[in-house]
Amino acid sequence: MTLPSRTFASSTAAFFAGMRAAWSSVFVMVLSGTYVGIGALSHDFGLSAIWLALSTVLVWAGPAQVILVSAIGAGAAPIEVALAVTLSAMRLLPMVVALLPLLRRPGRGTGDLLLPTHFTSISMWVESFRLLPSIAREQRVAFCNGLSSGFMAAALTSGFVGYYLAAGLPSLLAGTLLFLTPLSFLISTARNAQAMIDRLAFALGLVIGPVLVHFQFGLDIMWTGIVGGTVAYAVHRLSGAAA
Amino acid sequence: MSRLGEYSPYLALLLVGFLPNEIWRVLGLVLARGLNEKSEIVLWSRAVATAILAGVVAKLMLFPLGELGAIPLAVRVTAGACGFAAFLAIRRSLLAGVLVGEAVLLLGGFLSSH
Repeated sequence: MTLPSRTFASSTAAFFAGMRAAWSSVFVMVLSGTYVGIGALSHDFGLSAIWLALSTVLVWAGPAQVILVSAIGAGAAPIEVALAVTLSAMRLLPMVVALLPLLRRPGRGTGDLLLPTHFTSISMWVESFRLLPSIAREQRVAFCNGLSSGFMAAALTSGFVGYYLAAGLPSLLAGTLLFLTPLSFLISTARNAQAMIDRLAFALGLVIGPVLVHFQFGLDIMWTGIVGGTVAYAVHRLSGAAA
Repeated sequence: MSRLGEYSPYLALLLVGFLPNEIWRVLGLVLARGLNEKSEIVLWSRAVATAILAGVVAKLMLFPLGELGAIPLAVRVTAGACGFAAFLAIRRSLLAGVLVGEAVLLLGGFLSSH
């Protein structure tokens, strides 16, 4: 692909362009729906609205926050909660490794990448791979921070909305909000998977994941990633060698 | 064993929420040092992350948490398939796919409970 590089007048301009990109992304709707649900959950489990906001800023991962809210509310053993959270968060490691090379600027240290590392989440990751390649490398970090800040602002606002409107969300509506995450990830990941290796990894993950869950294989998500990703990578290498 | 309820919720947030979650991001930052976009490890990492996302999607749809589980499996799968088909049919639009999928889920959920 030879897309022209978009260049902005300054880093600040790039940051705000990123924020605008967040607000025009479908993920704003998805995040809003998800965080209305998490807000309602936090209210039901007796946590404060400030706690919810702090957990959104610090944890910034939907699944981990759902686990945390339910576990603290139910008074689970700390070690079990930490384990459940860390298992749900493993996906962040390969995501960060794949994303940072796209953001790195020559001559800049690791400090430059601290914010994007913390901001890494599925919505930001998917949109970064779609939008960053057309942006001048020097301004990608600023753009990405703007994009992530926009997403986080939407999540914080919706969290408060859900928290204060919590009483009596009908069951079917709550179910529909919970469906936003898998539905949007399904479509956006497929949309981003242009290369054969990505399409194959995607298809393998869809099949291997449920099979491992069905047979109650431990660490099912981690093994789905390692097996599906490695097979896709191997096929990519072999087909490249054959060509 | 001690219970979480005995701790301040803020301490719990830091110790069993923030730390076990953030460690994977920081490890990613450390491992990504010196790697460029063309490197094989980065390519493999992206394939692993993509397979994980697909696995998470399938798990959330087929083995759902909370209120989504009250909607029958057939309705959830049909809604996912319709959303995906709408995405392909309507100019590869994510918005169209999400709206159609959600509409089918809402309709199917309503009909199956009446």
